[in-house]
Amino acid sequence: MAYPPSTAAQPATDVGSVARLITPDGERVSDPALDRWATDVDDALLSDLYRDMVRTRRLDTEGVALQRQGQLGLWAPSLGQEAAQVGTARALRGSDFVFPSYRELGVQLVRGATPTQLIQVWRGEEQSMGDPFARGTAGPQIIIGAQTLHAVGYAMGIQRSARPDGARADDVAVAYFGDGASSQGDVNEAMVFAASFGAPVVFVCCNNQWAISEPVAVQSRFPLARRAPAFGIPSLRIDGNDVLAGFAAMRWALERARSGAGPAYIEAVTYRMGPHTTADDPTRYRDPAELELWRGRDPLTRVETLLRARGALDDAAAADIAAEADHLAAQMRAACLSYRTREPLTIFDEVYAEPHTGLERQRRAYAAYLAGFEEDQR
Amino acid sequence: MTELTMAKALNAALDRVLTDDPAVLLLGEDIGALGGVFRVTDGLLAGHGAARVIDTPLAESGIMGAAVGMAFRGFRPVVELQFDGFVYPAFDQIVCQVAKMHYRTRGAVRMPLTVRVPWAGGVGAAEHHSESPEAYFVHTSGLRVVAVSNPADAYLMLRQAIASDDPVVFFEPKRLYHAKGEVDLDADLADAPPMGLARIVREGTDATIVTYGAQVTTALQAATAAEDDGLSLEVIDLRSLSPVDYDTVAASVRKTGRVVITHEAPGEAGVGAEVSAGITERCFHHLEAPPVRVTGHDIPYPPAKLERHHLPDLDRILDAVDRVLQRPNSLTGVEL
Ligand SMILES: Cc1ncc(C[n+]2csc(CCOP(=O)(O)OP(=O)(O)O)c2C)c(N)n1
Repeated sequence: MAYPPSTAAQPATDVGSVARLITPDGERVSDPALDRWATDVDDALLSDLYRDMVRTRRLDTEGVALQRQGQLGLWAPSLGQEAAQVGTARALRGSDFVFPSYRELGVQLVRGATPTQLIQVWRGEEQSMGDPFARGTAGPQIIIGAQTLHAVGYAMGIQRSARPDGARADDVAVAYFGDGASSQGDVNEAMVFAASFGAPVVFVCCNNQWAISEPVAVQSRFPLARRAPAFGIPSLRIDGNDVLAGFAAMRWALERARSGAGPAYIEAVTYRMGPHTTADDPTRYRDPAELELWRGRDPLTRVETLLRARGALDDAAAADIAAEADHLAAQMRAACLSYRTREPLTIFDEVYAEPHTGLERQRRAYAAYLAGFEEDQR
Repeated sequence: MTELTMAKALNAALDRVLTDDPAVLLLGEDIGALGGVFRVTDGLLAGHGAARVIDTPLAESGIMGAAVGMAFRGFRPVVELQFDGFVYPAFDQIVCQVAKMHYRTRGAVRMPLTVRVPWAGGVGAAEHHSESPEAYFVHTSGLRVVAVSNPADAYLMLRQAIASDDPVVFFEPKRLYHAKGEVDLDADLADAPPMGLARIVREGTDATIVTYGAQVTTALQAATAAEDDGLSLEVIDLRSLSPVDYDTVAASVRKTGRVVITHEAPGEAGVGAEVSAGITERCFHHLEAPPVRVTGHDIPYPPAKLERHHLPDLDRILDAVDRVLQRPNSLTGVEL
């Protein structure tokens, strides 16, 4: 059987043919692939998803501000990607394990990260967000795509684990990564491993159209979701700005993985509205009209419109949610301003789990050196 | 005591650890039915099943990254990379993920994984099958790096590496896979010298030869030859390249006052350079002559028919011994 090169028929940049449950105008619609996974979604749940998105956006704004004020070394905004992050993460359960990239603020928040944890990495105080096992979520991965393999290995570990009651473990590992990452060898190797071993892993590709200045068309000639089936992994291409689509798609993927049917792949078609990081200048490579277009597809507005239309959200409730988000942002600011850098000699801690003679010598030598300054000050 | 080849000793170690510790998993290319390209995993699939002896896709970064995830889930993966030259595709995961995860998470996540690397030359192999990449890993903190030189050490040190809560890059000289030696299969890890300790393989008083891996055999041959010449050479097998056991090395150099360091990896910024610097810092006033390195040349590994010119042999080591003894040698009168 010959496959024609699948290029122009549907370019990677196509955002029309995506599965969605809420239109950009805030209308609840039906989708054959997703409907089944959203039948029980009521206004209360939708409000929760909305609240998480509002909190994510508010923290993101605060993060950018803190960076501009010199409190954070760097920040990777998630503005515009709240739905893809919150929707998919909300479908998980606590015992699942998430391996995110650096841009998954909403995922970390949903997984229980505290305001302190959210800033410590970007402030340059720590390299992780605390104990990953406490929240079933690894810290932000900087090496593009590396975490997809960790998720697969974790999933292979799940396959080899039993629950305390002796039954087969049915946790799921999840990897989040970007469209740029899809070009990495590791992501492709991860899909080979996942498919070959039928590992319970879900790949969530947050296609925000850009890898720093490189448009997604540089990574792929056709939609990224269509790669997965060639590895033997079923995929869904969803409107990444539709939080309900993310939630439903993730339920589909999780159910497959939990039942032993193997991996699944979700391409959440979204858009990075801000710069790549606070060090980036998107005006050098991006058409302002594109940004305007995507403003009309804002993930928060549509849910707000829908909730209001249903009478599930009024001005007072919206103000409450905003106030709660402000409160959280204030906590993050306070955590940032009161952060105490740990003692210098702790840089030698935890390089190894067991004593290492070479490093112990260096620590002793540096301690003696530092002690010299203390004597000078006497 | 049982006489075993190094390959069989490693096999026995893996078999034992798989039996003793359900958290141990083996991953690699061709390690199942074939038993590995060097047969080190021979019979382990039959004995322990495909859930624990995992034939992987042909993707080194994939193997290493998956091992990282398994360690997250509480397993102790033992990875076999088929040949030294194929460690490079996995290098990113080893250096950026394996080595740093414990530090990055301030100890919350351990990476108790072992990377077995069939290693180095002297077996007439094809390109990419004879490399000595150890310096890359020694340069990376968070890793422990060891190299074995005999079946008894292979049996004990592999078990120690797997038992370690730190990641260990474990170099196995291909040249010695079929070399035999006595192995105590009942040996208890509790009685074994720690994995990071060097071993004095032969005592001597005139000069110290510091080496590791298959070069230990060559250094011993040199020491035997030098004996005929009335010289008494001490030979130290480093065993651990990170950390280096400077206590043992420096004590020996303080005794002999002269040191030759030899390995088959290229010399530039290699383990020998590090050891030479470490000795100089510690023993400068005990040295009767500058430390001398005898290493592979700073060239890509040459074709098999020429590799004997690259690998430091007994005569090159003895020539270096002459240098540290300030006796006539090949470099007498030559400015470097
Ligand atoms: C292996 C690697 N190469 C390059 C970089 C530098 N870099 C950081 S983010 C980035 C773009 C990633 O784009 P994408 O995967 O689409 O994720 P996004 O940032 O858009 O969420 C690059 C090239 C890196 N971190 N890791």
